[in-house]
Amino acid sequence: MKWSKLALAALITSGAVATAQADTVKMECGSGATVRSFCDYVKARFEAETPHKLEFIDMPASSDEKLSMLQQIFATRASNVIDVFAMDVIWPGVIDRHLLDLTDSVKDLEPAFFPSAWQNNVVNGRIKGVPSFIDAGLMFYRSDLLAKYDEKPPETWAELARMAERIQNAEREAGHRTLHGLVFHGKAYEGLTCVALELIASHGGGKFVDADGTITVNNPRAAEALDAAASWIEKIAPRGVLGYQEEEARAVFQNGDSVFMRNWPYAYLLSQDDKSPVKGKVGIMPVPRGGEAGQHAATLGGWQWAVNVNTKVPEASIELVRILAEPETQKRNFMLMGVPPARTDVYQDPEVQAKGPYLNDLKVVFDAAVPRPSTPTRSQYPRVSNAIWNATHDVLSGRSDGARAVAELDTRLARIKGKDWR
Amino acid sequence: MNAEPQLSSGVAVPTGAAAGSRRKRSLQTRRSRSAWLLVAPTLILLAGVAGWPLLRTIFYSFTDALLDAPHEYAFVGLANYLDFADGEAFGVLADPVWWRSVRNTLWFTFISVSLELGFGLALALLMNQKFRGQGLVRTAILVPWAIPTIVTAKMFGWMFHDQYGTVNDLLMRAGIIDGPLAWIAEPGLSMWAVVIADVWKTVPFMALMLLAALQMVPSDLYEAARVDGASAWQRFRRITLPLIFPAMIVALIFRTMDALRVFDLIYVLTSNSEATISISGYARDQMVAYQEMGVGSAASVLVFMMVAGVAAVFLSIGRMSEPKESQS
Repeated sequence: MKWSKLALAALITSGAVATAQADTVKMECGSGATVRSFCDYVKARFEAETPHKLEFIDMPASSDEKLSMLQQIFATRASNVIDVFAMDVIWPGVIDRHLLDLTDSVKDLEPAFFPSAWQNNVVNGRIKGVPSFIDAGLMFYRSDLLAKYDEKPPETWAELARMAERIQNAEREAGHRTLHGLVFHGKAYEGLTCVALELIASHGGGKFVDADGTITVNNPRAAEALDAAASWIEKIAPRGVLGYQEEEARAVFQNGDSVFMRNWPYAYLLSQDDKSPVKGKVGIMPVPRGGEAGQHAATLGGWQWAVNVNTKVPEASIELVRILAEPETQKRNFMLMGVPPARTDVYQDPEVQAKGPYLNDLKVVFDAAVPRPSTPTRSQYPRVSNAIWNATHDVLSGRSDGARAVAELDTRLARIKGKDWR
Repeated sequence: MNAEPQLSSGVAVPTGAAAGSRRKRSLQTRRSRSAWLLVAPTLILLAGVAGWPLLRTIFYSFTDALLDAPHEYAFVGLANYLDFADGEAFGVLADPVWWRSVRNTLWFTFISVSLELGFGLALALLMNQKFRGQGLVRTAILVPWAIPTIVTAKMFGWMFHDQYGTVNDLLMRAGIIDGPLAWIAEPGLSMWAVVIADVWKTVPFMALMLLAALQMVPSDLYEAARVDGASAWQRFRRITLPLIFPAMIVALIFRTMDALRVFDLIYVLTSNSEATISISGYARDQMVAYQEMGVGSAASVLVFMMVAGVAAVFLSIGRMSEPKESQS
């Protein structure tokens, strides 16, 4: 407490000095989370509204490469490499101690954002980032095929499996031999953790580790969820999904060879491309519930703006973050990149509505988004996630069954946790 | 090597034997000094790029350092390797995933290097024959070797795609399989997918190393053998094989050490699945993904020891074969 007050005092005094001079803030640009035209817009605004200058830094596009790059920068405690950067939704717990505490400078913004996205940046009660855009797991379906067989988008996983099997088998008999019922990204990697979380949470089996750090995975609902998914393999989903990432799954779906697909919102705009064989035949819906008692659960994804704790220009960086958090900026990001804004008010904007009418469907999904257990498991999250995706992969590929896998996963997570999450 | 100048100085100044030996010593020192000066850049470079990182890795393997804060560490002794607490074993050597990665790596190394040796030798023997377009073939065969491994891995990833991959398509057209195989997804198949990609990429290296050795074999040996009525197999077994054996050992050492360090192919093709994890992948997971610099360093040291051990075995095999040759 005392320490943060002291830090705040230091911040204010240094802020008073700094306003007199122009600082240079270094922000990442050009990686997966941003595009150049968006950066130029931010730069123009920042330099017009504040006395400071903005410079851009290139970072790797893939999330885990970017994380290891950032961690190497943190390791040198360099204060002049990067000030403001975009962080993946699973990082706040992992790199917590390298992030500037933004609590007092941004806490007034909270009501404007999706609660799940906002809460994910709160580590030990301190706000470490501001959401930029939001992502969440979606179920895509072929609206033309569902209409042809007179089916409505399924509410539960069981309905989905039944429909997928029916349509797949009927279409195969009609000559479409390469059609499958469902594809998803089931390779052993972070993406499978997202799928597993949706499966288990939608069956009411919890989130592996709950918000206070208790391991909850060893329960019959979680086992049931994994067993259900394992039964789809080779019945409605090709065995190859166990080697797919998002793009391989999208390739099958977009080629018209699958009735359903679990993927992220980015796939929607691409499936509506003029060259796409399924243009105009794709619907989106929330990930199904696990039975009547289950709930809709979509894994939360997305990117947040955060400030390096070693920065020499904290107050200019905070001013930049506040500009990045504005509705106009987030709208601009959607118009340029098609990524769903993390602010709820942007969705009412007429221009946004005109460009992305499907956003209304997404908003329901985002409201119910479930975060991966990255914040409570802190720096151990990568280990936790690795254990989760390997356990899931074992069940899906038939080397284990649900009950055994969740029991083993429970032991493994307890071993990683030790006395407490570090 | 110093005998000649000492002799000549001894002749020129017959009275000063002591002076001569002093001069000899100073000459020796001067020579060894210049020798040291000449190798110094190499030694400094080696110490800088290989020795220092190795020492740091060994050092960190005894600490609990984290990758994002390597300055804050405490010594933990051998705990990163093996540790017992509350009746449970911890550390790399107690981790079943580590032993799985060791098994995977050894299996991968044995299978892929054996296949590469076989195919490489066959290709080298073929290219050693005189035929039209020989130069073109020798150049073209290098293409797989010139493609970066990541590109190879991505390429094979799509070729092994279960729905649209060319591999399944070819096998199905040929009637070898009925339905598509999930090459990347099935643990039993995915390791073979990795082996196939690796063999495709590195056979040219093996073939060229062996071809170079084959061209050093004097042709009169074959003529003499033919006169003596040796069959083609006997000529290969008694002349070709013994004479290219040293080059083969060198090529095998290179390939084996490379294969033991395999990482990129597996990482791109099957990601972090524990079914196909290699020891380098394990070390990378600990170090980069989990940020455990101490544990990652311990795993790296074990990888180093394993690779060094295998190299030592090969070198001693190479040495053992030498006296046999001089006897015959």
